[in-house]
Amino acid sequence: MAAPASNPTLDLTSRFPDWLITDTRPGYSGWLVDKSHLVEFATALRDEFGYDYLSSVTGVDYLPEGKMEVVYQVYRTTGGPGLMFKVQAPRTDPVEVPSLVAIYPGAELQEREAWDLLGIKFTGHPDLRRIFMWEGFAGFPLRKDWHEPYFEEDAKPFKNRWPAGKIEMSESQNIFEDNIAYPQGFRPEGMSFDPEKALYDSLRTYQTNEIGLDTDHIIVNLGPQHPSTHGVFRVAVVLDGETIVNLKPVMGYLHRNHEKIGERNTYIMNMPYTDRLDYLASMSNNFGYALAVEKLMNIKPPERADYIRIMMAEMTRISNHLFLIGSLLNDLGAYFTPMLYALEERELILDIFEAVAGSRMMCNFFRFGGVARDLPEGTLQKIKEIFFERLPRTIDEIDRFLSENEVIRSRGVGQGVLTPEDAIRFSITGPMLRASGIPYDIRRAEPYSLYDRFEFDVCTRKHGDIYDRLMVRFDEIRQSIRIIQQAAKQIPEGPIMSVKPMYQVRVPPGEAYGRVEGPKGELGFYLVSDGKPNPWRYHVRAPSFINLTAFGPMCIGLKVADVVGVLGSIDIVLGEVDR
Amino acid sequence: MDSNELNAPGYEIPAEIKGQIAITSLDRIYNWGRSASVWPMMFGLACCAIEMICAAASRYDLARFGMEIMRPSPRQSDLMIVSGTVTKKMMPTIVRLYNQMPEPKYVLAMGACASGGGPFKEGYNVVSGVDKFIPVDVYVPGCPPTPQALLNGLMKVQEKIRGESIKKSRWYQKGVDSAEIPIPLLGPDLIDPRKIGRIKNGEKA
Repeated sequence: MAAPASNPTLDLTSRFPDWLITDTRPGYSGWLVDKSHLVEFATALRDEFGYDYLSSVTGVDYLPEGKMEVVYQVYRTTGGPGLMFKVQAPRTDPVEVPSLVAIYPGAELQEREAWDLLGIKFTGHPDLRRIFMWEGFAGFPLRKDWHEPYFEEDAKPFKNRWPAGKIEMSESQNIFEDNIAYPQGFRPEGMSFDPEKALYDSLRTYQTNEIGLDTDHIIVNLGPQHPSTHGVFRVAVVLDGETIVNLKPVMGYLHRNHEKIGERNTYIMNMPYTDRLDYLASMSNNFGYALAVEKLMNIKPPERADYIRIMMAEMTRISNHLFLIGSLLNDLGAYFTPMLYALEERELILDIFEAVAGSRMMCNFFRFGGVARDLPEGTLQKIKEIFFERLPRTIDEIDRFLSENEVIRSRGVGQGVLTPEDAIRFSITGPMLRASGIPYDIRRAEPYSLYDRFEFDVCTRKHGDIYDRLMVRFDEIRQSIRIIQQAAKQIPEGPIMSVKPMYQVRVPPGEAYGRVEGPKGELGFYLVSDGKPNPWRYHVRAPSFINLTAFGPMCIGLKVADVVGVLGSIDIVLGEVDR
Repeated sequence: MDSNELNAPGYEIPAEIKGQIAITSLDRIYNWGRSASVWPMMFGLACCAIEMICAAASRYDLARFGMEIMRPSPRQSDLMIVSGTVTKKMMPTIVRLYNQMPEPKYVLAMGACASGGGPFKEGYNVVSGVDKFIPVDVYVPGCPPTPQALLNGLMKVQEKIRGESIKKSRWYQKGVDSAEIPIPLLGPDLIDPRKIGRIKNGEKA
């Protein structure tokens, strides 16, 4: 995050001299915007200063100061550093902040998330419902004064898990011997509300311009147990015959409370949890988190570690895209055979992960200031064999078999189109944005680590349909292979940690937003430190969650069978969507 | 099970027809058939589901054990592999799916989360193990378990099936089978209908 003053075209203080103030808290950056001027400020940022892409919206609960803060990150899709601005609101009930959905529609799901978890009410939001928890759940879990049923202490490491040498289960601390708690005076028999009602009410708010025949519309649910939702995702659609007139994604079925747990954990304890966010791409999750904490600590990894990191992150991208190709073709009707071919190659990459990190999927490999282990003997040779000889050939083979296939073309071309303008409006990132023709790749737009040393192309396609979103993944695999080839040739000898490995890192107070180009899009970590061993705020900007903002608008007008293809081409992983 | 084990009747078979007839018990041949054709439900919850897919794919190949037919419908499946973190929001659906599976049915809790909450146990939306609600036959440890570990767990299920008897199994008995589990409700928190009395009084068991 560069200081705003370093950007020559940006003269915000002279544009808004009266109420715009710089955030001067130590370790903080960006601007503090007055609540009543937020909409005006955001409109000007978008229209006058070219910050057309809202990356992240999240809230922070500053309980001791008695206020809530909403933090926004905006970027230009032409590249360059971003800008952070914040709005503060008194911690009354409810906390009210104007919604930015009208200016940046990409804020829709993120504002709903902040409402669900922190209880920040965004006035003017068109559909402010709970998103991860169900309607009727008691309390806003991410507030600092809200305690979960298994609450022990405010921060880890806990004092003693074995009082008097005996293991104590969390269950024994709860009166129901389970992970449940009810508000005082709760009586189950008087309960007569429907957690689904808000969803169905919001589904019925659509406009139709049908003329002639008056047909009944029916509501159909896909999921949460459905083979093509890639996990426990639910889609509620309103159908007119076979045509979709309205669609709402329903999530939270895998909401595992990463952020609440993360705020209790010490910094290093969160590393294995990031593995489980996007469990197909654990190494790049590690990357994003390590970058954010390193930004706070102001350290840099040594060169060899950076090379190892980049190689691992690119391998993750390849294995993720291979999995996507397999599962998207599953969804389009080529049942399991392409998956078998794709997974065969993916296993080779997982073998490397197993050799390097010790685990196939949950690598937990990055450390603050380096990586956990050096490459074992013979691994570099193996990497060279796979990425110079085998993979380029097999990718071409899979491509040759699939991309000109008539069924795939007819189900993919022209279906689920996302225009470039919409893609930016909805804050879409990653391959999905590039399939719509916007050459925005964080590795190029705001290079991190050593990506400015490598030669690779930012792959784009033109049409933004399902077929292009599939093909852009093939292109990206080829570019990733190029990067790995260069890295394997250039990797220097040297240390792999720039600081002494520490059990508990010392993080100065402040905030940091670290982002990487994950396989699915911009993966960002927003951290607030108060100088203690655990973060005050730990927020994950999950790409596949925000990419779902466009899911509804893309599907309206399609047939119900195409929903599966569109969803498959977005490439969601529920661990990351729900967190 | 090899043919020697299946065909071990304890009777003398004349040499001229050896290898052409088999004398076995009903339980044995029935369980042999069942254990070699377990149809798991295609039902992935979280990270473990990816390893489950890997176990079904090229390298590990579940089909060698007669289990490659994954059915998305609970009505057609015998085995529920609970592959991942069970959340409170998902719990009613899981119980409903379990109730919809026909007997005989088995549950395999794959991974730390499904077995006991795992790394996410302290989370406010996480159920501390699927066995709080549905009976589990086999637990597979790991986070996530490797495909080999899952295969081992599936073989344990087969072992369990082979040890059963038609005469003694609950689901072949006369009368009404009451294995159905009441579906949890979503209130201010997850409500187990079996515990409503306790919740009402706010008391420890």
